[in-house]
Amino acid sequence: MLSIKNLHASIEGNEILRGINLEVKAGEVHAIMGPNGSGKSTLASVLAGREEYEVTEGEVIFQGKELLEMAPEDRAREGVFLAFQYPVEIPGVSSTNFLRTALNQVREYRGLEPLDAVKFLSLMKEKMALVEIDQKLLSRSLNEGFSGGEKKRNEIFQMAMLEPTLSILDETDSGLDIDALRIVSNGVNKLKSDKTATIVVTHYQRLLDYIVPDYVHVLYKGRIVKSGTKELALELEEKGYDWIKEEVDSAATV
Amino acid sequence: MSKDNQILEELTSKEYEHGWSVNYETDEAPAGLNEDIIKWISSKKEEPEWLLEWRLKAFRTWQQMIEPEWANVHYPKIDLQALKYYSAPKQAKKPKNLNEVDPELIAIYERLGISLNEQKRLQGIAVDAVLDSVSVATTFKDTLGKLGIVFCSFSEAVKEHPELIKKYLGSVVPMTDNYYAALNSAVFSDGSFCYIPKGVRCPMELSTYFRINAANTGQFERTLIVADDSSYVSYLEGCTAPQRDENQLHAAVVEIYAGAHAEVKYSTVQNWFPGDKEGKGGIYNFVTKRGICAGDHSKISWTQVETGSAVTWKYPSCILKGDYSIGEFYSVAVTNNYQQADTGTKMIHIGKNTKSRIVSKGISAGKSQNSYRGQVQVMKRADNARNFSQCDSLLMGDRCGAHTFPYIDINNPSAKVEHEATTSKIGEDQIFYCNQRGIATEDAVALIVNGYAKEVLNQLPMEFAVEAQKLLALTLEGSVG
Repeated sequence: MLSIKNLHASIEGNEILRGINLEVKAGEVHAIMGPNGSGKSTLASVLAGREEYEVTEGEVIFQGKELLEMAPEDRAREGVFLAFQYPVEIPGVSSTNFLRTALNQVREYRGLEPLDAVKFLSLMKEKMALVEIDQKLLSRSLNEGFSGGEKKRNEIFQMAMLEPTLSILDETDSGLDIDALRIVSNGVNKLKSDKTATIVVTHYQRLLDYIVPDYVHVLYKGRIVKSGTKELALELEEKGYDWIKEEVDSAATV
Repeated sequence: MSKDNQILEELTSKEYEHGWSVNYETDEAPAGLNEDIIKWISSKKEEPEWLLEWRLKAFRTWQQMIEPEWANVHYPKIDLQALKYYSAPKQAKKPKNLNEVDPELIAIYERLGISLNEQKRLQGIAVDAVLDSVSVATTFKDTLGKLGIVFCSFSEAVKEHPELIKKYLGSVVPMTDNYYAALNSAVFSDGSFCYIPKGVRCPMELSTYFRINAANTGQFERTLIVADDSSYVSYLEGCTAPQRDENQLHAAVVEIYAGAHAEVKYSTVQNWFPGDKEGKGGIYNFVTKRGICAGDHSKISWTQVETGSAVTWKYPSCILKGDYSIGEFYSVAVTNNYQQADTGTKMIHIGKNTKSRIVSKGISAGKSQNSYRGQVQVMKRADNARNFSQCDSLLMGDRCGAHTFPYIDINNPSAKVEHEATTSKIGEDQIFYCNQRGIATEDAVALIVNGYAKEVLNQLPMEFAVEAQKLLALTLEGSVG
């Protein structure tokens, strides 16, 4: 589904991604872990199409199409979803109104009729139950005054409504307490299918107890330096990142 | 960032869609401004002697005044002698009802989406259609007449209800008030008159739709609304004008009188031609609007969505004379390209326990300048006055300007006055968030701007609110940067 080949990206002249290679197939869950500054969020942003980042080399093919040539809204309409690490607030615009606009634009792109108010509201009810989110929260301005947990639940709610093919969760677990973590993970798991794929970016192994990955990749200094299964995550939890850093750095000096 | 500029350049801003003009036979005054022209206008309108005298008095007052230059706007001086002060479509005879109005004129309004055909109307809105200097048609006059409501053109009111005109004309905006009010009082063309009798709640929205068509004319509408004790009326004003290279002057006066327990809601969606992208042409919109809450427990609300005109200079105000009276001002003023706006309100607290509320949302884009100028004045004997003011500015891009000039003048120690102001930009993060959910940038801007202006848009009657939302989006097309 997703094929990243030799991806290099910089911001303000600093190269952050230095040759990422990654293959993700439908039905898979890939975890991207790594120490601070390794480029995890940069990878998520570049895939979503954030313009501050300049892609200097490499290609990304999503379902047979050149992802890097598409505007961010088109990538979204093609089925790419990014659950933001710090979801932004939009005063005066309710979550409901926001989602309805988004959903109908996506549907138009795919040649579908827009959803009328009744169908939209019943779709909302269905998905609200999935993420245990309250109607009251959705009538308020998007993310305004929401707690960390509420913002992250809102991200997953939007994911449920937009039904993406590829979901990228950017440190979705940051700022969540145990209960919120459980709710958010439940939501993500219920949305998984053999036709969708998920990339989970995280520091900590804890989230991966709930959202079990098929593959774990360690990102360090802009490259994937180690890949493994969920056992790798447990090893990182026990030993930290130092042993990998030493391995990589000493190999570089040899 | 260079990619942003590329996208900006590729986006074309929608053409001002009301920029067309129609050629029809007109009755016009020769260019120039002097006592003879005023006499000519007055006789054309078949006005009584007392009104001509009033006009001449205003003209002589105006001649003693100096053109004001204190506003935060810059424009080339208008040659007032080069303008024509009267232009009306030639009609064979004065039409007595809609069926007698020249169909070509009705067609102009149809094209603007305003139906003057009473059968075709969907909503309960009575329309007074003013084209250039005259009112061409007023709908539902008979229906309203049965309730004792007078809704007709100002010219007609002078003939049919002279006692009301004599009593209230100039009572809220005296001819000495300011340069443009004096000028208007001398040469005013037409506008609407509305009288709601005691205890009557007007069953439909009343509206006037101003359309300028002729070139090189000045437009000086005069509107007077009188709401007697315990009455209610909601009034809408809409305006558009053709696209021309020269600037045109629009100096209107609106007076509102509210009796005890009366309420008047006055809403404006202004879409005068704003000038082209280079700042050429466009309407100068210099307007004096004022309401007096004369009776106890009276209320006047001004709601305006200003998106057009090259230069906007207006301060719809409320004089809170009656005890427990309430004045409100809700405004969204948008400027793009080279437009300039210096607008706001004045709330004068005179009676006891009076309240005022000001919500001003300025949106600047392009190379425009948008200023809020407001005055909250609490007089010495105005016990327990309350005011809440919120002035927000939204800047889109880095070449526009937003300015705030609040004046707060309190002379009574029991007053409670709150003032809040914010300045913000549309964040790239917000736009990207919308993009990532599949919303294109133009639609994201419209969504965010509408959210920003929501508190004001919610004050508009529904039909206007929908139009206003569309207008906001259109005015801001291609402005993200």
